[in-house]
Amino acid sequence: MNKIQVNKLNARTLQDDEFFYGHKACAGCGGSLAVRIALKVLGKRAIAVLPAGCMSAVGFNFPQLCFANNAIISTFAGTASMLTGIEAGLRAKGIDDFVAVGFAGDGGTADIGIQALLGAVDRGDNILYICYDNEAYMNTGIQKSSLTPFGARTTTTPAGRNIHGNLRPKKNVFEIVSAAEPAYAATASIGYLKDYMAKVQKASEKKGFKYIHVIAPCPTGWGTQTDETIESAKAIVDSGLWYLAEYENNEYYINHNPEQFSDVREYLKSQGRFKHLTEDDISQIVSQRDLKWELIRKSWKERKI
Amino acid sequence: MAKHFLSGNEAFAYGVRLAKPDVISAYPITPQTIVVERLAEMVEDGSLKSEFVHVESEHSALSCAMGASAVGARAFTATSSQGLLYMAECLPYASGGRFPIVMMNANRSTALPWNIYGDQRDSILMLDSGWIQAYAETAQESLDLALLAFYIAEDKRVMTPFMVNLDGFVLTHTYEVVDVPSQDLVEKFLPPYETENMLDMDSPKNLGYSVGPDYNLEFKYLEHIGIQNAAEVIVEAENRFAEVFGRRYTGLVDAYICEDAEYIMITLGTIAGLCRETADLLRAEGIKAGVLRLRYIRPFPNREIGEILKNSKAVGVLEKDISFGNEGTIYTNVNSALYKAGLDVPSYNFIGGLGGRDISKENIKKAYEHIINGGKKVNFIGLEVNAYE
Repeated sequence: MNKIQVNKLNARTLQDDEFFYGHKACAGCGGSLAVRIALKVLGKRAIAVLPAGCMSAVGFNFPQLCFANNAIISTFAGTASMLTGIEAGLRAKGIDDFVAVGFAGDGGTADIGIQALLGAVDRGDNILYICYDNEAYMNTGIQKSSLTPFGARTTTTPAGRNIHGNLRPKKNVFEIVSAAEPAYAATASIGYLKDYMAKVQKASEKKGFKYIHVIAPCPTGWGTQTDETIESAKAIVDSGLWYLAEYENNEYYINHNPEQFSDVREYLKSQGRFKHLTEDDISQIVSQRDLKWELIRKSWKERKI
Repeated sequence: MAKHFLSGNEAFAYGVRLAKPDVISAYPITPQTIVVERLAEMVEDGSLKSEFVHVESEHSALSCAMGASAVGARAFTATSSQGLLYMAECLPYASGGRFPIVMMNANRSTALPWNIYGDQRDSILMLDSGWIQAYAETAQESLDLALLAFYIAEDKRVMTPFMVNLDGFVLTHTYEVVDVPSQDLVEKFLPPYETENMLDMDSPKNLGYSVGPDYNLEFKYLEHIGIQNAAEVIVEAENRFAEVFGRRYTGLVDAYICEDAEYIMITLGTIAGLCRETADLLRAEGIKAGVLRLRYIRPFPNREIGEILKNSKAVGVLEKDISFGNEGTIYTNVNSALYKAGLDVPSYNFIGGLGGRDISKENIKKAYEHIINGGKKVNFIGLEVNAYE
């Protein structure tokens, strides 16, 4: 089998070729960066499937088609199943030097697409599924998804006197997928691009089902400035509200274990969607975080990527 | 050719094997299951080289088939009833994407109330989804339609997905002797699938894109032209089929003693057989009865209906579906064809067979009498409880 040729990756060695450009994403869009960088890692043998969502809405407006590699929009729920068909179809035709890669948002992954996603994990289909998580249905106007964090204000979880935004924590899709035993699963953030690129590269070299869950802030939905995207994507990791991890061969690995978390309050207060939170709300967020990290530090191995 | 004793489902599976799809993705549902079971066995014993994908739902079955078709692979799926409705989102998606997927649908009633038996409300609900819809009457025709479907769907002038409907149980589970053609003959008939409408590793493309108001109408118009073109491609395909296999089909419709018929029953699927028997009985009594079986309802045989009914005195439409709040959908379509042909022929609708209810020869005879004597336009036949009177 021809391996995908990828250089040892850093900002200097990443290829100059662009595969996702000329699109209509908002200024400061984290999702478009996640897609662009992943495709630069995967190269022209990537076949991209994007369901309904921000990236398909901004990238596929006939006749302005923005992918230089093969790309197609799937149904909202059908990212994984269309990838399965592409992979099976090409294999049946004797072609094997390609990467079938999906880019679905948090709603397309954790809500409407989770059945097809877990079906593909279960079958061990040879595909790479990347969830760019901007923590709400941003394309339709900032509605809550099951990856919206506790306390966040969205247009369907308004923050008022009675209810302070979203009442539920983020669905744990990384571990849900890992429980189905894929070849590889990882979490990432576009605030830690080298880590993300390395994970995309690693995933592309493995056979079987691969899942990467990358945090990709949305200034429009998060209520941040358009030049603060990378900062927010770093701060969510530094404050311990997100983590960089991997799952492989029945083991969980934490790639980045901060000795001290940065200030959660600062992270939250820098974003419009959390402005309304009370001290009680914030301490609830902190205790949820601490509980998660207690579990991570107890049972996951530490490993640098 | 070899003779086999096969059910409709099995005959269809034999046809699919001969068509050699690259990818088969299917989810089980009664009464379709036998098709996918047989295909799985064929993959296991090596007589079929397809990628068999065990999808976790019908939505994924068709989504997977679309992915395969989008890379130029030949794709097949099969479903029924609730499964067809569950994958409904993917039907116009496949036709709009011009993916010539072939799907077998075992016609079955739709819930509620739950019912696993045959009627045609499932496929007729999907009539406007942009798929070619054919209705088989026999196991032989089922096998042959599996081959014809790929030929027609994949024609460059058509590029439209194709749904072959088999009446649940009555056809899917009923055995008859079937001629199974040899692979050599099939190779002569069915060329490999070749298309430019695909993601191409050597020349990358974007497919399945958004099209706004500026161009959308043109895309939809071309989709309409594609399925309209199927009408002539069906005739070409059947001519070629007759040359290769020696069996001839009759295009969009199958007319039985209609040449001089005054009273014609229009129907689709397996019930046509009993209609023909009834017409024979009526002929013996001196009544000029005929039967017109619609083999296809998309594209709709407007021209054929106009021509065949032009000398008739009255017609009936017997169908196993109902568009609640109106009438049977086939009846609506037939009336439109009559009007467009300038025919002022009284027409009557007979709704029957819902949820697998038997339609008897007596029912059909009464329906013919209704056509001859006139009366209510829309009639439920074999109704035990009369909700109207």
